[in-house]
Amino acid sequence: MDILNALVVFLNFVFIPAAAYGAQLALGALGVTLIYGILRFSNFAHGDTMAFGTAIVIILTWGLQAIGISAGPLPTALIALPFGIALTAILVLGTDRAVYRFYRRQKAAPIILVMASVGVMFVMNGLTRLLIGVDEYRFDDGARFIVDVRSFREMTGLTEGLALRSTQALTLVVAVLVVIALFWFLNRTKSGKAMRAYSDNEDLALLSGIDPERVVRLTWIIAAGLATIAGTLYGLDKSFKAFNYFQILLPIFAAAIVGGLGNPVGAIAGGFLVAFSEVAVTYPWVKVVGYVAPWYEPGGLMQLLGTEYKFAVSFVILIVVLLFRPTGLFRGKSV
Amino acid sequence: MATNRQATTSYSRWRALILFAVLAILFVLEGTVRNAMFSGSWNTSLAILNMGLLSAITALGVNMQWGYAGLFNVGVVGFLAMGALAPVLVSLPPVEGAWSAGGTRLMLALLMGLGTLALAKLAWSRSRSGIVTAIVLIAGFVAYRWLFDPAVTAIEANNPARHGNIGGLGLPVLLSWVVGGVFAAIAAWGIGKVALGLRSDYLAIATLGIGEIIVAVLKNEDWLARGVKNITSIPRPVAAEIDLQNNPDFVSFAAGWGFDAAEASGIWVKLSYMSLFLVVLLVLILLAELALNSPWGRMMRAIRDNETAAEAMGKDVTRRHLQVFILGSAVIGIAGAMMVTLDGLLAPTSYNPLRYTFLIWVMVIVGGSGNNWGAVLGAVTIWFLWIKAEVWGPALIALLTGPMAAGPVKAHLLDSAPHMRFIAMGLVLLLVLRFAPRGLLPEK
Repeated sequence: MDILNALVVFLNFVFIPAAAYGAQLALGALGVTLIYGILRFSNFAHGDTMAFGTAIVIILTWGLQAIGISAGPLPTALIALPFGIALTAILVLGTDRAVYRFYRRQKAAPIILVMASVGVMFVMNGLTRLLIGVDEYRFDDGARFIVDVRSFREMTGLTEGLALRSTQALTLVVAVLVVIALFWFLNRTKSGKAMRAYSDNEDLALLSGIDPERVVRLTWIIAAGLATIAGTLYGLDKSFKAFNYFQILLPIFAAAIVGGLGNPVGAIAGGFLVAFSEVAVTYPWVKVVGYVAPWYEPGGLMQLLGTEYKFAVSFVILIVVLLFRPTGLFRGKSV
Repeated sequence: MATNRQATTSYSRWRALILFAVLAILFVLEGTVRNAMFSGSWNTSLAILNMGLLSAITALGVNMQWGYAGLFNVGVVGFLAMGALAPVLVSLPPVEGAWSAGGTRLMLALLMGLGTLALAKLAWSRSRSGIVTAIVLIAGFVAYRWLFDPAVTAIEANNPARHGNIGGLGLPVLLSWVVGGVFAAIAAWGIGKVALGLRSDYLAIATLGIGEIIVAVLKNEDWLARGVKNITSIPRPVAAEIDLQNNPDFVSFAAGWGFDAAEASGIWVKLSYMSLFLVVLLVLILLAELALNSPWGRMMRAIRDNETAAEAMGKDVTRRHLQVFILGSAVIGIAGAMMVTLDGLLAPTSYNPLRYTFLIWVMVIVGGSGNNWGAVLGAVTIWFLWIKAEVWGPALIALLTGPMAAGPVKAHLLDSAPHMRFIAMGLVLLLVLRFAPRGLLPEK
């Protein structure tokens, strides 16, 4: 019984939250890694693209709620999501046209593109603030729980309860669908193959008649889609606050680099690795240990690091990877 | 960056003088003219100028990293915060009972932490075994927490309403500026060791991380600098306003100039700060210019312009990058220490990357990367505009929305005027980067 209780506590406080967070990070890191693979720079504006996309979705959600449309047990934001993606894609394509294309044609050093992306980040940050302000919003409607603590306890008779929030399940389902669709696109369609060819060897791709501008446009559209989905899921799961999306940039970069920049499989693995380490390191294990080893009396909470330092976890992972394997676990682009 | 576009425009050597003169006129207008655009108060004008000078020193540090070496530091806010720690730890008077509560144990814990890292490095380079290294790290971490936690609890329990921190050494505050530079340099060494020599993006990402972490440490480690409870009453290197107002000689001196004592004391204090900052700024520029025109400076620019060629000539590129990264961060750290000295307050929540990292970047790019005077010009100009945009932005929006009917849209636009500053700064950065990548004062 105690082992089961320990397992339930572990699932409830570590596994489920980390899996949902990992899926969100993975989607974000996929966007970063795709842009890196095709355009060959780290896009610092990705966090704010996520914030912008989410802000659009929230505004559309409010509009839908105002005219009385809802998705039943699912959050209304899901209906707004496709429109949010479309608007974000338009904005992102606009930034490519206005900003990045110039440097691409010039074959400017990657660091110049990084710097331009910082400028874009500023503008997007301002746009998001203009649209929705700096406050915190919760826009999750629909059913709150799939399994809640009380009914789980009644069902199983365990002392510990397990809660599965609908946003967490939704995150995982959506993430799986998106990843399947993305990999189908990259591996099975002509456009996807063109993108991979362009990422592997730009000159050879050009020689075989691939239109680089089309590849770049597709990349931006996919990245905008991934960013909006990741941002919306993150916002549904936790809450929306523009500044949090700037801060999530570090775990996303860490995830993309751990997996190997430019490698989509790596980005997914990296996202879950970062999320699980973050949650495991900042979780107070005292309750789990209490069930597994009741004879042991720990002095404190058995928390390795305060939750305030969760960003330090992604940073340490980043440092370790840079020290020992700068190309990432899955062999991304060259160092 | 110079590689972006070769020198196609020749510019007059009067350009710098003229631009600085225009800037000076703006500050004089701010001090004397009172209308919708300017405040007409010397106190405001000098306050903007002082912070502008500190931004100039920060920009100088960033310019060393970017302009001399092409290193993109996205963690300026962290290095500023690192420097800001120095006045708290060096010049605050010692806290009674803090050291006896847990000072020794705390020092042992910190030594333990550093020793663990060193030992882990040794274990790795000797054995190349991940397991041995991991065991060293885990054992070290447990020992560190065993020493650290009780010490921190004891220190934070010591008079928590007023102190609860470890306290300072009671040394002069001017000394802490140097120490601030050293603190930032140490952090830069750690980061540079790891991230330099790899892709240029990695340094940017690693500095982004260290920036956030340093600020998080400042916010959460109460024993260090009271965390979000803030440290006030950092010693001042100049006279206090209230003392001046109580000094009859000063009051009559102010009356001679036609100021009342309250206003004059404010101006006097700000002028004193300004002279201190100017001395530091000029010394740093002098050193930077000497370095830039020395063989070392030529080597740095050669590395920036063509790393491969420089490497072929036998230059150790990574080592030079590390060197200039540490130097630049040290300058940023000095500026960070000076900032808290000016405010007399360390408030960790105010360290916002948009304000302290990216605004500094706009300053450097606009001013002219690679040119020290350009960094100074860009910093003071952008800072002036940033502050004034707070006043001008709403006025502009009110003007633009004037014909609109009153309603929620108009109200929303009027409310969101402050956010326009971010868009404006982003646009300035993008436009300068694209159309005038060499900035206001191009590199010679």
